[in-house]
Amino acid sequence: MNPSSASAYSTAQARLRNRPGFVQTLRNSLTMAYRGLLKIRHTPEQLFDVTLQPILFTLMFTYIFGGAISGDVHSYLPVIIPGILVQTVISTSIVTGVQLREDMDKGVFDRFRSLPIARIAPLAGALFADTVRYVIATVLTFCMGYLMGFRPEGGIGSVAVAGVLVIACSWCVSWIFAFFGVIARSASSVQGISMIILFPLTFLSNAFVPVETMPKWLQWFVNVNPISHLVSAVRELVNAGSFGQDVAISLAGAAVIVAVFAPLTVKAYMRKA
Amino acid sequence: MKESKRRSAESWAVEARGLVKTFGGNRAVDGVDLQVRAGTIYSVLGPNGAGKTTTIRMLATLLRPDAGEARIFGYDVRREAQIVRQLIGVTGQYASVDESLSATENLVVFSRLLGLGRAEARRKSEALLEEFGLTEAAKRPLKHFSGGMRRRLDLAASLIAQPPLIFLDEPTTGLDPRTRAQMWDTIRRLVKTGSTVLLTTQYLDEADQLADRIAVIDRGRVVAEGTADELKASVGRSSLHLRVESSQDVDGARRLVEHTLGVKATLSAEAGKITAPMSDADKVTDLLIALRAAGIHLSEISVQKPTLDEVFLTITGRGAQPTASGENEREEALA
Repeated sequence: MNPSSASAYSTAQARLRNRPGFVQTLRNSLTMAYRGLLKIRHTPEQLFDVTLQPILFTLMFTYIFGGAISGDVHSYLPVIIPGILVQTVISTSIVTGVQLREDMDKGVFDRFRSLPIARIAPLAGALFADTVRYVIATVLTFCMGYLMGFRPEGGIGSVAVAGVLVIACSWCVSWIFAFFGVIARSASSVQGISMIILFPLTFLSNAFVPVETMPKWLQWFVNVNPISHLVSAVRELVNAGSFGQDVAISLAGAAVIVAVFAPLTVKAYMRKA
Repeated sequence: MKESKRRSAESWAVEARGLVKTFGGNRAVDGVDLQVRAGTIYSVLGPNGAGKTTTIRMLATLLRPDAGEARIFGYDVRREAQIVRQLIGVTGQYASVDESLSATENLVVFSRLLGLGRAEARRKSEALLEEFGLTEAAKRPLKHFSGGMRRRLDLAASLIAQPPLIFLDEPTTGLDPRTRAQMWDTIRRLVKTGSTVLLTTQYLDEADQLADRIAVIDRGRVVAEGTADELKASVGRSSLHLRVESSQDVDGARRLVEHTLGVKATLSAEAGKITAPMSDADKVTDLLIALRAAGIHLSEISVQKPTLDEVFLTITGRGAQPTASGENEREEALA
């Protein structure tokens, strides 16, 4: 059914299809992820936040709160390192939304839209590439902890599993910010909205202080906050090497976020694309 | 099943009927009809804000038309968008390449997205960079690219899949005259290889130089369509320009012109310049003899064909810019 004049030149395509299949969608997404990695390689300064934040925050929070909360800095480390880890890596996922917005404002997105590729690929690719940031933030936080004297009881294997858990959950959370990235009008407004959501989420949790010290009404929120469950799961893993119920709750929470925000984001993006 | 319909569409690269796009209360495109024959260069000419870019974006599946329909090689831009995307290359008004990557990386990423293998993508990118004279700059970040280099890379990216139809949205806006000429050569070469080019421009001479057919678009509507010659012919004949050596002779010369050619001559603002419509070139010989006999010496004589600028002015009732005199026309077209 090819018009001869058209098919004569399109040597790259074997045949003309109106819908990209699953394999093509995956391929396109991975190519877009490759593009994201190339971007990071060319502008390594955009990794500034993921390198500095774990170092700075771990140092600051440990030495400020250590004595007050756990009596001394050393015994605070098993509490704070998982907390800082979750907080840092999750907040890194904001960048996904901000960069997506900046990217979409550029002319190159016009080309992506005019190419016969899966519509979701630019989105999924960006999110895939950003897992690099989460890996860097995770590794650095654990390294800082180690330098400060943190020796996880759970052993290196559990630390690795905890790292993967945090990275996976952050990837899921980044769909929230990707959604704002797609619908917002400017990159700075994405940053603004995302901070408003993320600040309460990460601070109104058990990441930094024991829940028992908080007022009752706040404890209720802190206990349902998925971030708290993720922090507890990481603590359990690195300090005892055991999988608890919190791992399941964290993963379930993350899955819900993806289930809600991924379709929303893709729909909003399609409408614009 | 749609075989017969497809076949009838074969010779048309673009068929658009009654395209409308409204942004808020502004009808940016207000019922545009276009028919572009495959293998030709077609130019959409119009001033800023006439609706050129919006029209292109609808044809390139980047914008959904509010009304009307458009087919690319017989495929509907709305219902068969993904197929249309396999048949077109788009080079936007603002270079649609990735600023943060190098030229090679740009082309490799686009090639991979178009389904080329790793090695193939690299080969294709190198070949295109070579063809567009960008090999030396291939590894440099795009930030340091000149406007011309960026456009060339942009065009190269549009040619990866060798699409049969290429949209060029103002391909030479902001380029210096030399780079413009290079771009023109590239565009002409494309058509020789069998591609169809639909380009928008606000430069009258660009449309004149390149296009087989031109659609003049103003306020979202096609106000004239045809070859450059047809459009010029619609405005009128060539005109004769004379300049006399001494200004005392101007009145005498004008009388002679009017008498010999039998038309009304006008005296231009600059002293000593007479302009008259020229319907019969043969009569100019008589005029020159008469001028010699009267002892009037000429410092300059020229014949001017109507320019597209005049066409534009006549059709839309206003020029791209107010025209002061014939001599400024080329500069204005370039401005």
